[in-house]
Amino acid sequence: MLTAQFLYGGAGLALFVLGLWSFLVHEPLLRKIIALNITGAGVFHVLIAIAYRGDAAPPDPVPHALVLTGIVVAVSATALALMLGARLQDAEDEDRSR
Amino acid sequence: MSWDYAALLPGAIVLSSLLPGVFIFLLQEESHILRTVLNLIGAVAKLVLVALLIYGVWAGQVFETRIAIAPGLTLVLNADALSVLFVTLSTVLWLVTTVYAIGYLEHSTNRSRFFGFFSLCVSATVGIALSGNLLTFVIFYEVLTLATYPLVAHRGTPEATRGAKIYLAYTLSGGLLLLVGAVWLRTLTGPVDFQEGGVLGHLSADVHGQLVVIFALLLAGLGVKAALVPLHGWLPQSMVAPAPVSSLLHAVAVVKAGAFGIVRVVYDVYGVELASQLGLLAVLSVLASFTIVYGSVMAMTQDGLKKRLAYSTVSQVSYIALGTSLLGPVATIGGLVHLVHQGIMKITLFFCAGNYAETLGVANVSQMDGVGRRMPLTTLAFTVGALGMIGIPPIAGFVSKWYLGLGGVEAGQHWVLLVLASSTLLNAAYFLPILYRAWFRAPPAAWPKEHHFHTRFETMGALLWPPVITAVFCLLAGLLAAAPFSPLEWARLIAEREYGL
Amino acid sequence: MSDPLMTAPLVLCIALPLLGALLVTALPRWSVSLGIVSALATAGAAVALTAAVWQQGTLHLILGGWDATLAIALHADGLAAALILMVNLVGLGISVYATDYFHDRLRVGAFWPLWLLLWAALNGLFLAGDLFNLYVMLELLGIAAAALGALTGNRDAVAANLRYLLVGLLGSISYLLGVALLYTAHGTLDLGLVAQRIAAAPELFAVDAAAMTLMVAGLALKAALFPLHFWLPPAHANAPAPVSAALSALVVKAAFYLILRLWLDLFWPITGMAAAMLLASLGAVAIVWGSWRALRAERLKLLAAYSTVAQIGYLFLFLPLLTATPPGPARDDLLAALLLMALTHGFAKAGFFLAAGLVQTHAGHDRIDDLGGTAQRLPATTFAIAMAGSALIGLPPSGSFIGKWLLMQSAIATGQWWWVVVVTTGSLLASAYVFRVLSRAFGLEPTPVRFVTDARAEVPALTLALVSVAVLGLASGPLWRLLELGSAGGGA
Repeated sequence: MLTAQFLYGGAGLALFVLGLWSFLVHEPLLRKIIALNITGAGVFHVLIAIAYRGDAAPPDPVPHALVLTGIVVAVSATALALMLGARLQDAEDEDRSR
Repeated sequence: MSWDYAALLPGAIVLSSLLPGVFIFLLQEESHILRTVLNLIGAVAKLVLVALLIYGVWAGQVFETRIAIAPGLTLVLNADALSVLFVTLSTVLWLVTTVYAIGYLEHSTNRSRFFGFFSLCVSATVGIALSGNLLTFVIFYEVLTLATYPLVAHRGTPEATRGAKIYLAYTLSGGLLLLVGAVWLRTLTGPVDFQEGGVLGHLSADVHGQLVVIFALLLAGLGVKAALVPLHGWLPQSMVAPAPVSSLLHAVAVVKAGAFGIVRVVYDVYGVELASQLGLLAVLSVLASFTIVYGSVMAMTQDGLKKRLAYSTVSQVSYIALGTSLLGPVATIGGLVHLVHQGIMKITLFFCAGNYAETLGVANVSQMDGVGRRMPLTTLAFTVGALGMIGIPPIAGFVSKWYLGLGGVEAGQHWVLLVLASSTLLNAAYFLPILYRAWFRAPPAAWPKEHHFHTRFETMGALLWPPVITAVFCLLAGLLAAAPFSPLEWARLIAEREYGL
Repeated sequence: MSDPLMTAPLVLCIALPLLGALLVTALPRWSVSLGIVSALATAGAAVALTAAVWQQGTLHLILGGWDATLAIALHADGLAAALILMVNLVGLGISVYATDYFHDRLRVGAFWPLWLLLWAALNGLFLAGDLFNLYVMLELLGIAAAALGALTGNRDAVAANLRYLLVGLLGSISYLLGVALLYTAHGTLDLGLVAQRIAAAPELFAVDAAAMTLMVAGLALKAALFPLHFWLPPAHANAPAPVSAALSALVVKAAFYLILRLWLDLFWPITGMAAAMLLASLGAVAIVWGSWRALRAERLKLLAAYSTVAQIGYLFLFLPLLTATPPGPARDDLLAALLLMALTHGFAKAGFFLAAGLVQTHAGHDRIDDLGGTAQRLPATTFAIAMAGSALIGLPPSGSFIGKWLLMQSAIATGQWWWVVVVTTGSLLASAYVFRVLSRAFGLEPTPVRFVTDARAEVPALTLALVSVAVLGLASGPLWRLLELGSAGGGA
């Protein structure tokens, strides 16, 4: 089962790098927000993977708690970013219609 | 930290002008009387405190205020004989200048701002005088820069702004060099206070190379304010300031702070012997001599009266540095006494220049024909100051030059006589024509911009008496040079302590 | 651990502003008075906290009685206490100023909850005792800060703060990945325990170094260390003045605090000269580049924002000096100087921004070249700018003068003299940009009637500026004692 853990953690790291790349390279706001969420998901994968303590023992609850908190934070940050993005869009539309 | 009288007095001397200054900032512009009262209370209180200090120091009492800023960094205000010399000069001249400034700016704008910074400026000067270590010196030295900048820029005209900017560029850069030098020195010595005979004697010869570089940094920082060529460029530019400020910059505060700093560094940080051994005194004497001659030559070419006086300052202040750079007590006396003598003479000249400008609108030498008949008392004071600068006995300037020359001979540096002689000739060449014009040429039909004050004298009382009083000082300092408590006797006391005689 | 009366301020510092945020949200009609009461109460708690640390040394509290590996731990040593005190006093000044600044009801209603939330996050960040709580506070701080910055609703502000939010999120995620690595290697999140285990397990160097790189890089992004500073100037310059003050003086400082904490307490055994030199070199470039851009800035607030980029740079110069200095009085001096620079900048920059905001309100713009008349009409405000400016330059008697004195002293003593050149260049450039503003105050406009024209707006700015100059510069001795009490820098 150790390979599964590495696979999972490795996938998390890969997601992190992919998200980072996408964030840095792509201009549109929506892509950047999605990229950030992917980066975050990568980190959560890593955290879930390290909670594994062998088949016999129950998983470590601490990383799971971290992931839950992290998700809440990520959702609210995404909401704020979308709201600001929408307001920016409005302002631009206004400029254009003028 | 003990809070007895001896530990409070130096601090109180600084605060006696700082606190009134802070209140003056808060005053409304129309509160003319309250502002005047605050100014005079501060000036008189400082004078009384300094009198107490002189008496105490003469009686051998030790006055020291120590405030710990942080471990190892202490603000030390300490009254030794040298600080008393400078403190007394600034306090007496501040009182006179305050009276003059009140008269001069009577109908001007932004007076609360002006007098606020004016008080800060004097507090900083007194702080410099009383500084007991390099950290304290650097702090007050920089505060002085900050406090004088608004005074130079006060008029608000484009030229004033430009002059102030140049002043600031020079002094802040100089301040940074001084800071680096002071910090570097501190890494070698640890926290030490100024001490007669120097504090570096115990350092090994390995660091002598570093000491030379540090001296160069310190000298560059101090030389800016002392207007040593080639660091003098700001001084003629800052002539745009109102006359009381020019008097203060040239006679008491800024240039003196630089010259005083050089004296401190040579005598109480390096010690004359080490400084001479490292070859530092030779460099200083060459710089000073060159500045003396260069300033005089430049003064001859100026038509603006204040500009001519400014270049004369460049030249005269370096007498102090010259006296410091010659090994031997007599030259030391000459340099130190000139700290006072140049102050009272130059302030007289600037007051008079201000009077001509305010009363008659005369700002250039070429317009001064016959001013002596229109303003006899002012011109008499001007004459005393000018003859003193040339070095005619019995006026103060003669005493300085006499001791400097004698000191040069004592140190075996006979070329000093040549420098003094050429400077004296040049001084005569740029002052005597003014005196001739003023007294012997016929006045013009109309003055450029005459202003009639309702008084029976030639100009407003607050403008007239300050130069007359300082001119009397110039005479007394020369005539009574041998009396106890005269600047000369005090300089002798300092020299004796420095050389351990 | 210790007596509950003493540890109560630890909780109150975070709980009071949170409670205030809830109250102003629930009762928007009373938001100004409730807001100012919360501000006063929070600042009071912070003063009590500092006093408690002063008397008792480091405070430590575990919430809810759980075991240390699971529970939320709060921790205050001398370093944290000094910063908390600065943040809360500056916060109080900003709050008083804000009561007069916002007039539009919508803005008032939005400002107070977000501002108190930001304040709670700041205090939480300084007090958090474990890596994950630090992450939560960091995120909360970033979200509240970006929302506050965009408060004016104009396009530039929204665009700049949206960028700020995204960049901040990236920084936090990078930090979180570092935390995950540390947890994998050491099995705990408690700062003290992780520190012990890093020191005890040199064989885990590779993981620790990777974690350090991720965490420090993420935080450097939030602290706007060159070249990661690009987001800061527009975000800080376009926010409303009280918010700019909070962002520039406090929020950036919090990110730096965290770097310092990690560097000194956690990663000390594995940090080397090379890493310290890298960060310090970036700091040096930040000083020169930030000051240069400040000099070229056309607007007063943009100037202040670039000056922050430069001032953060100074703090990083201390890292290689700390590495080169063995424990002892010289190192204590260095830490105190670092703290002094950070505190002075906090007070000075807040005062500067508040004053700049007032100038902007009165003039209707903040173009430096056209500010002459306004600067002269508001003597107290101009005076505040001058005081704050002299603290930014590092002129005596400001706190940063002492800081720079000790910084240069250590640079010469450890043979790293090139930092002296950087510091002098930075100071010269800073003088140039500060006096470029101040020279406008001397014009031919009519004389101002009185010194203070608008007390509620002018006094906070003036007080903050005065603290940075007079108090910190002339009485910084207590900082040494506070640092001695805490465990900060115990590292080596």
